[in-house]
Amino acid sequence: MREKKKLEIMHTALKLFAKKGFFNTTIADIAKEMGMSVGNMYNYFPSKESLAKELLLYTARIFGDEIKKINEMDISTKEKIKKIVELYFKKAKEEPELVDYFMRVYLSNKEIFSNGCEGMLCVSPFVTEIMIFFEEGVRKKELKNQDFFAAFGLFMGYIGGLAFLNRENILGKSLDEYIEPVSENIYNALKA
Amino acid sequence: MRSKPKLLWIDAVSCNGCSHSFFNIDLSFLDDFELLYHPLLPSGDFKIQSSDILIVEGAIKSNFLRLGFDLNELISKLFFKAKTVIALGTCAVYGGIFGEGLVFNKTSKGKFFKCKDKVINIPGCPAHPEWLFYVLNMLKENKKIVLDELNRPVEIFSYTSHMGCTRNEYFEWKVDAKRFGEKEGCLFYYFGCQGPFTHSSCNKILWNEVNSKPRAGTPCFGCTEPLFPKENLFQTETFMGIPANIPLGVSKRAYLTLSGIAKSLTNERLTKRLIKCENEDKQKDN
Repeated sequence: MREKKKLEIMHTALKLFAKKGFFNTTIADIAKEMGMSVGNMYNYFPSKESLAKELLLYTARIFGDEIKKINEMDISTKEKIKKIVELYFKKAKEEPELVDYFMRVYLSNKEIFSNGCEGMLCVSPFVTEIMIFFEEGVRKKELKNQDFFAAFGLFMGYIGGLAFLNRENILGKSLDEYIEPVSENIYNALKA
Repeated sequence: MRSKPKLLWIDAVSCNGCSHSFFNIDLSFLDDFELLYHPLLPSGDFKIQSSDILIVEGAIKSNFLRLGFDLNELISKLFFKAKTVIALGTCAVYGGIFGEGLVFNKTSKGKFFKCKDKVINIPGCPAHPEWLFYVLNMLKENKKIVLDELNRPVEIFSYTSHMGCTRNEYFEWKVDAKRFGEKEGCLFYYFGCQGPFTHSSCNKILWNEVNSKPRAGTPCFGCTEPLFPKENLFQTETFMGIPANIPLGVSKRAYLTLSGIAKSLTNERLTKRLIKCENEDKQKDN
């Protein structure tokens, strides 16, 4: 019950962050939207920073769990790339606030996360699965053996950038139509 | 008085490194044995005979002549006349550099696999003198030596050479060594150390009671393992920057999670040199 309530608060917070921006949103705003007292809100999250941290962990876990399922599939690395792109674009469409939060709040305001989310700490479930995806791709000789971050940046920067452009309504087509060419480009750039 | 155990030591295809390693302990303890034959130590003339303990040092190989016999035939005759057989060193255990092992040929079954119950495997290149010392003493005292699934004494090979390494704090915090020979930093991430997945007690009992490869600044080469020697012993094999071999007993997912967290929580104390070399700055300037 408590976890369910926490999730509701997090989703409400995500929507408000997307609408008003992270700094302009207060705990009182979230409480109001939830129909809760501010005091009660603090029972769930002692500060906005702690809410921000939990949101990040939550996001990383959702993506981590989904990519783990893809990692465990008996399919080629090329097909896995497409599945990951599909997953990311699907989330970007269905829960744009989640991608917004990750790009606009986490990546742009690292100081909020300096206590308890240093380095990869709060995104560990997601990064670990991406590491496993790359490692197995190289082990199977389907991907080129190279520096992890060179590959990670190419993959995540690319799809993150497209999700961002989509959110800004700059793309001429629907995000779905980019799944195929983007997957193909990533594979061509990373293949052995 | 109980009679002394009869000990017969035969060198198969070998560099005699395990013999030389063994000579680093006080050999007077051999007085408790009747040394029937040793290729390097003073002993009787070689003949095919029964023994309590047969030590085979080195690999077996077809069409290889030793002591006037075909090697495989020679080992076979001595093997069946011995109560206990010790395969000494990685060549005798797994084949190593030179050929095939007695019970195992790398990771598959060897010629004597069916008779493995009387074989005690002591891998290593060379085998640590204390390991053989332990096994011979246990046999002499008629005590049971518990063996693992690869016929190795569990007292020695349950451990990894990572255990007892003085660089473990650096491993925990994922702080790499920057150069060979330095006392600081872990050799696992770049410099090829196989300690976390190599079965041995090297860092627990040390060599000559003073040192080990990783302590001295050289990576563990994994010399007790079936596929020794691998290539590029001074370089960690990585797939997209991730070690191809991870510590024993954990899943890749668990290891990556833990090491990622350790890396994120920077250990300030260990990322700087603990002991700065006096001339280090001058050397850099030059």
